[in-house]
Amino acid sequence: MILAEIANLIRSKNAGPFTLTFDIMFADLESYRRVKDSGALNPAAFARLYRCPVEKVRFFECENALAFKFSIPRPLTQGELGDGDTHGGQQFVPLMELEIP
Amino acid sequence: MANEKSHQIRFISPVGSVGGGISGTALDEALAQAPHFIACDAGTTDAGPFSLGMGTPAFPREAVKRDLSLMLRAGRKANIPVIVGSAGTAGGDVHVNWVLEIAREIVAEHDLTVRTAVIYAEQDKTYLKRLLFENRILPLDPAPPISDSIIDESIRIVGMMGVEPLQQAILDGADFVLAGRCSDSALFAAIPLMQGFPPGLAWHAGKVSECGTLVCETLGKGVIFTAISQDEITIRPYGPGLRCTPQSVAAHSLYENSAPYLHRECSGTFDLTDATFEAIDDLTVRIRGSEFIPEPYTVKLEGAALAGYQSIIVGGIRDPYIIRQLDKWLGSVRSYIDESVARVLGAEADKSLYSLIFHTYGINAVMGSLEPDPNHLPHEVGIVLEATAATQEMAHKLAQLSRQPLLHYPIKEWAGSITAFACLHNPAVIDRGPVYRFNLNHVAVPSTPVEMFRTHFVELGGSRRSS
Repeated sequence: MILAEIANLIRSKNAGPFTLTFDIMFADLESYRRVKDSGALNPAAFARLYRCPVEKVRFFECENALAFKFSIPRPLTQGELGDGDTHGGQQFVPLMELEIP
Repeated sequence: MANEKSHQIRFISPVGSVGGGISGTALDEALAQAPHFIACDAGTTDAGPFSLGMGTPAFPREAVKRDLSLMLRAGRKANIPVIVGSAGTAGGDVHVNWVLEIAREIVAEHDLTVRTAVIYAEQDKTYLKRLLFENRILPLDPAPPISDSIIDESIRIVGMMGVEPLQQAILDGADFVLAGRCSDSALFAAIPLMQGFPPGLAWHAGKVSECGTLVCETLGKGVIFTAISQDEITIRPYGPGLRCTPQSVAAHSLYENSAPYLHRECSGTFDLTDATFEAIDDLTVRIRGSEFIPEPYTVKLEGAALAGYQSIIVGGIRDPYIIRQLDKWLGSVRSYIDESVARVLGAEADKSLYSLIFHTYGINAVMGSLEPDPNHLPHEVGIVLEATAATQEMAHKLAQLSRQPLLHYPIKEWAGSITAFACLHNPAVIDRGPVYRFNLNHVAVPSTPVEMFRTHFVELGGSRRSS
């Protein structure tokens, strides 16, 4: 199964003008645990998807929110010439296809 | 009331941003629960650096007036303070004054008397340069470089105030605190902290309340009503169909934050690692266990500098022969434009002083360098050409000179003259005016929590309090 089929919300957003943050959220504890226990969602996998150095990836497991969170520096600061997504809201898509074994 | 206050403090967060549209019915319902204050955020950097740079608000005046009017009238009716922070979107002095004029109008129209504390957050450049010299401006991660000249070139720099200037204004008898750039959570934490409620709970209550009904399971029209006691927070919405659930409240701490558990404020960090969330009923959630760790006092700075003036051309390409070699073709178009700019405008258009960017919608315009699949070719590509230069006139000329090469640059697959680009508009060039960039991601280390902020009292609607 891919992550988009298990999560009930995958989203991205600015966390301030210099950071992009990604939330992966679930409807129930079972789905959350399934992804957590698979080990497929981790900083190295994220760094591969977003082609950024793994040491720049921050990763959080938030069981009480039934959510995982990643944060990375923005490739371009919000609003910088060339930035095509001012709010950072459409950067989550590569996560959708992540295979969860 | 005094005894009750030490037992519990209650407040209303009427909407996530002043101008977002307060539900008057829900506000009235919550007002019946005897809140001690109303607080509301009015700003954000979410939309980008334009508001800070240009000095303009993101909401229409009418929308701000409507919400502010509901709040001020509710505050006066219940005789409780109203606190508004990050006024006018960016919280600069011009933004604060814009909201102050609106408040003046409301007070006159409704015959109110409102003792108003206006707190300005814009920063004096000489003061900031002194702090920089004394190593009291520190970079966050990632931070652009900082120097005296970067401070000087900023159009406007604001400091994000903590609770202290708000608390002083309340102590000095303000009915209405109108603050420039301010921590969202601080607007709600200021009064509970003054009254001795636990800092971890006061800050966390502010954090979960500041976005209005965004903390609910699904977004809707309503207000948030929050109570803090010595050992817990309770939070619930008023509004049809709205509910807070343990997951929705826990998850809200993730929204637009780079880290879910640790939230840095001026005076320290609140830590939600051990916070627990439980349902009291269908609508209400109880939070316990939030902690606060005091740290050296810092004030976050936000600055905007002029990036230039911009003109754009919008259009698209449908020809599959061009789409399959789009990068190469746009590269050739680009070289042709550069050459004609040099030929026509000469030394006036030094290449280092202008920027031409093609956003290719359908290929990678949305994700740029993060796009995992840039080789997937669609049947149609949308193109926005952004020309940016030191003046609007130059940007406009750059865009004008770009139109012909975009329209007619040949490809070998077709013999003869082609028209390759479907222009959306006539005239093709749209002038966008000035564009700005955020140029600081730093904190200042002031000597006191209030020295960076200037408070003025204004008696709106009369020279004395009506009490």
